[in-house]
Amino acid sequence: MSDLEKNNEHEEENFEYDGGAAVVPTDKIEDPGLEPHRPRMTDKDPKAAARAEKQVAAMFVVSIIGAIIAVWGYVAFPIIGDDLSNTRNNALWVGVGMALSLLGLGFGAIHWAKTLMPDNEIVEQRHQSRSEPETRAAAVEILNMADNESGISRRKLIRRTMFGALAFLPVPAIVLFGDLGPAGVGDKMRVTMWDRGVRLTRDPSGVPIKASEVTVGSTFHVIPDGLNDLYHKLDEKAKAAVLLVRVNPSVLNEAEDRRDWSYDGIVAYSKICTHVGCPVALYEQLTHHLLCPCHQSTFDLANHCEVIFGPAARPLPQLPITVDEEGYLIAQSDFLEPVGPTYWER
Amino acid sequence: MSTTETNKEQNQGFAANAANYFDERTKLGGGLKFIGRKIFPDHWSFMLGEVALWSLVITIISGTFLTFFFNPSMAHVTYDGAYAPLKGTEMSIAYASALDISFEIRGGLLMRQVHHWGALLFVAAMGLHMLRVFFTGAFRKPRELNWVIGFLLFIMGMAAGFTGYSLPDDLLSGNGLRIIDGMLKGIPVIGTSVSSGFFGGEFPGTEVISRLYSLHIMIVPALILVLVALHMALLIVNKHTQYPGPGRTEGNVVGYPVLPVYAAKAAGFFFIVFGVIMAISATFTINPIWNYGPYDPSPVSAGTQPDWYIGWLDGALRLAPGNWDVTILGYAYPMGILVPMVISLLFLAVVAAYPFIEQWITKDRREHHVLDRPRNAPTRTAIGVAGVYFYGILWAGASTDLIAYHFQMSLNHVLISMQVLLVIGPFIAYFITKRACLALQRKDRELVLHGRETGRVVRLPNGEYIEVHEPLDKYELYKLVDYKDYEPTIARPNKNGKITAMEKLRASLTRFYFEDRISPVTKTELRDAQEHADHDLTQKEAQKALEQA
Repeated sequence: MSDLEKNNEHEEENFEYDGGAAVVPTDKIEDPGLEPHRPRMTDKDPKAAARAEKQVAAMFVVSIIGAIIAVWGYVAFPIIGDDLSNTRNNALWVGVGMALSLLGLGFGAIHWAKTLMPDNEIVEQRHQSRSEPETRAAAVEILNMADNESGISRRKLIRRTMFGALAFLPVPAIVLFGDLGPAGVGDKMRVTMWDRGVRLTRDPSGVPIKASEVTVGSTFHVIPDGLNDLYHKLDEKAKAAVLLVRVNPSVLNEAEDRRDWSYDGIVAYSKICTHVGCPVALYEQLTHHLLCPCHQSTFDLANHCEVIFGPAARPLPQLPITVDEEGYLIAQSDFLEPVGPTYWER
Repeated sequence: MSTTETNKEQNQGFAANAANYFDERTKLGGGLKFIGRKIFPDHWSFMLGEVALWSLVITIISGTFLTFFFNPSMAHVTYDGAYAPLKGTEMSIAYASALDISFEIRGGLLMRQVHHWGALLFVAAMGLHMLRVFFTGAFRKPRELNWVIGFLLFIMGMAAGFTGYSLPDDLLSGNGLRIIDGMLKGIPVIGTSVSSGFFGGEFPGTEVISRLYSLHIMIVPALILVLVALHMALLIVNKHTQYPGPGRTEGNVVGYPVLPVYAAKAAGFFFIVFGVIMAISATFTINPIWNYGPYDPSPVSAGTQPDWYIGWLDGALRLAPGNWDVTILGYAYPMGILVPMVISLLFLAVVAAYPFIEQWITKDRREHHVLDRPRNAPTRTAIGVAGVYFYGILWAGASTDLIAYHFQMSLNHVLISMQVLLVIGPFIAYFITKRACLALQRKDRELVLHGRETGRVVRLPNGEYIEVHEPLDKYELYKLVDYKDYEPTIARPNKNGKITAMEKLRASLTRFYFEDRISPVTKTELRDAQEHADHDLTQKEAQKALEQA
C-alpha cells in the first residue's frame, strides 16, 4: 500500500491535464495493490535450482555442438561444379548447425532468466513526459535570451532574408538530379522498332516466320528482325514484343479500316499490357482470349483485343502485317498508337 | 589518499578493472546507473516489437554478407556457372552474381534465404506490433510521435523489401519493376519524367539495379536506423506502457529490471529469433530465382505474386475497375492506376493520423500509460478491425488468380466478390466487432457482480436445483474494472461564442464513439450485488449444502 500512496502523492504533484470526454470516476473500486509473489519451484527447492542450472548449461553445450556442426557442414560439402547436391547439403548443414547454436544459446539464456533470476515484480515510479516546471522556465529563459541577443524577432530584414536563403539553398541540390534520366522519353515511347518491311521473327531466336508455318490455333512470341543485334535490346523489346496468332478468318470481327492489317487469319498484337505493362502472354485457344497473368486483364482477340475483363482500359494495339515476296511475315508499319500503359502525354 | 583508493580499485579482478578503465574515460557508470535497473513490464504482446527489432538486426547482418559477393550491374554476360539449365543464357551481371551466391559461395544460398526470410519477418512483426499498439491504445499521449515514427518504419520496411527484392534482376522481380514503371507513367503531368528519372531513360534501361542497390544498402537502411534510434529513445523517455491490473497505475511501471532479467531475456530472445529464421532458411526455399530466369520483358509466368507486404498494393491494382480512364484536353488520366494509388495513400494517411484524430475527438489531453484492453474501447477496436479487413481484402486481392485456380472457381466471380467485399466488408466487420466488444464487456460486468459459474449444481431442501457462483478474487476483479470510461460531449462554443461546423462534427463523432458504452462496475454496484448475494437465500443455502456435503 505504501507504493500506492506514494503514487497518489506523485500524481497530485503533477500538472493536471484536461480529460475531455473522459468520465471522472467518483465511485471507483479500490486498487488492491500488487498481487503477492508466488515462489517458483526453484525458489523453494535447492534441488530444483541445481537441476535448472544443469539444464541451462546443457543448452549452452548444445549451442557449442551446433557451431561445430556448422563448421563441419561448411568443410564437408565443398562446391563441386555442376553437382548441386553439395550446394544443397552445404546450406542445410551449415544452417542446421547455426540454428542449433543460436537456439541453444537463446533458450539457455531465457531458461536461466525464468528459473534462476528473481521474478519479484518491481515497482518504479513514472514521471510525466513534460519537463519539471523549473526546467521549462529555464528553457524558455534561454530561448528568450537567445532571441534578445541575436535579435531574430526584432530584426525582420535579417530573419526574412535568412528564411529566403534557406528556401533557395536546396533548389540547386534538386536541380542537380536533373540528369537522372533523359528528357523527352514520352516521344521515344511512341516509336518502336517496327517499320514497313521489318520481318516478324521468333522470340528469342530471331528466326523469321513464314506465314505458312503459322497453323490455325497456334501462337508465336515475336520480336522484330534485328533486335538481337542491339546492345540495349531489352529497352526495344519492352516496347516491340508481339503475340502472333492464327485463327479461322471467320472468327475475326474486323473493323472496315483494319481489314487489311491481318493476313489470312493471322493477327499480331502488342504483348505489352495497356494496364501497367506486364506481358500478356497467356492465350486461350478456345475463346480467343488473351490474359495478362499479373492483374488478369482479359482481351478478346476476335474483337481487336478489346478489354472484356480486368483493370486494363484500352485494347492492345494491333500491328498491321502482311507477307513479303518470300512468304515471310512483315510489318506494314509501326504501331499506330503508343504501346503499353497509359501515360500523360499519350 | 586518492592514490590508495585508485590502487585498491585496480586490484579487483578483470571485470572490475575493465569497468573502471572505461568509466574513467567515458562516464559509462552514469549510463549504466540510468539504464541498469530500469523496469520493463512483461507481456507476450510486448515481444512483437522485439521480434521486429531483432529480425532487422538479422537482416542487416545477413545483408552485409551478401554485399561482399553481389554485383549490381546490368551489363550483359553469358552465364557459365554451376546451374546447368541456365548455361549459355544471356543475363545481367546482377542476376549472374545472385546465381553465383546461391550455387558457388558456400553459405551463400543460406545467407540469401536468411536475408529474405528475415525481411519477410521484419515487416510482418512490425505490422503485428502496430496492431498491438493500436488495439491497446498505446499510441495515446505521450506516444503519438512514436506512433508516427513506427509508421514511417513500416513504410521504410516495405521500401527496403521492395528495393531488395528487385536486385537479383530475375524475371519475377523485373515484372514487378515493370508494374512500378507502368504506375509511375500514369502519374499526371510528371509521370514520364519520373519514370525516366528512375530508370535512367526508357524501361528497363541499364541503371535501375545499381540505383536500387544504393537505395537498398545505404539510404533506406540509414533512415531505418535513425528512426529505430528515435523509436527506442522515446521508448526510454516515456517508459513502457503496461496492461491494467492490481497495483498498476498511471504513475508507476511494474515489471522486471533490465539487469539481469531483461538483458538475459532480450539477448536470449534475439538468439531464438535468429535461430528460428536460420532453421527456416536451412530447410525451406524462398525466392528460387534460378527457376524464374533472367529478366526479359517478353515472357511471364502465371501465378506471379509480389512478396507479401507489397500484396495489398498489387491487390488494389487488380481490384480497381479499368473502364474509368478519362482524357481531358488531350491528356490522359488512367484512373485504373490513379484510384488505387490514391486509396492506398489515403489508407496510410489515416493510419498515420489516427492518434491525432482520436485525441481531437475525445479532447483527452491526459497521459496514458495503462493500456486499454481492446474490448474496453469498442469503437476504436471496431475501426481497427474494419481497417485490418480492408487491408486483408486488398492483400487477398493479389491472389485472385491463385484462389480461383486452387478452389476451381471462376476468376471473374472471385474478383467481383472481392470488389464487393472491399466496399461493404469493413462495415460488417465494424458492426460485428463493436457488438462483440460490448458483449465481452457485459460478460466482464457479470463476472464482477455475480462471480464465475462453478459448474457445481446443488439441490436445495425445497427441491430446487441451483448452480453455485464463486466470487472473483480481488486481484482478478480489479483487472476487469480498471478502465477509462468516456461519454459523448455536446458541441461547445469557441472563444468567440460560435459553434463551428468542425465542433459540431467533433461532437457527433463523440456520439459515434461513446454512445454505446458499458461503464466499469462501481464500488456501490459491487457492494449492492454482494449484499444481494448475501441476502439471496437460495445461494446461501446452496453454499451451506455444499459445505455439508
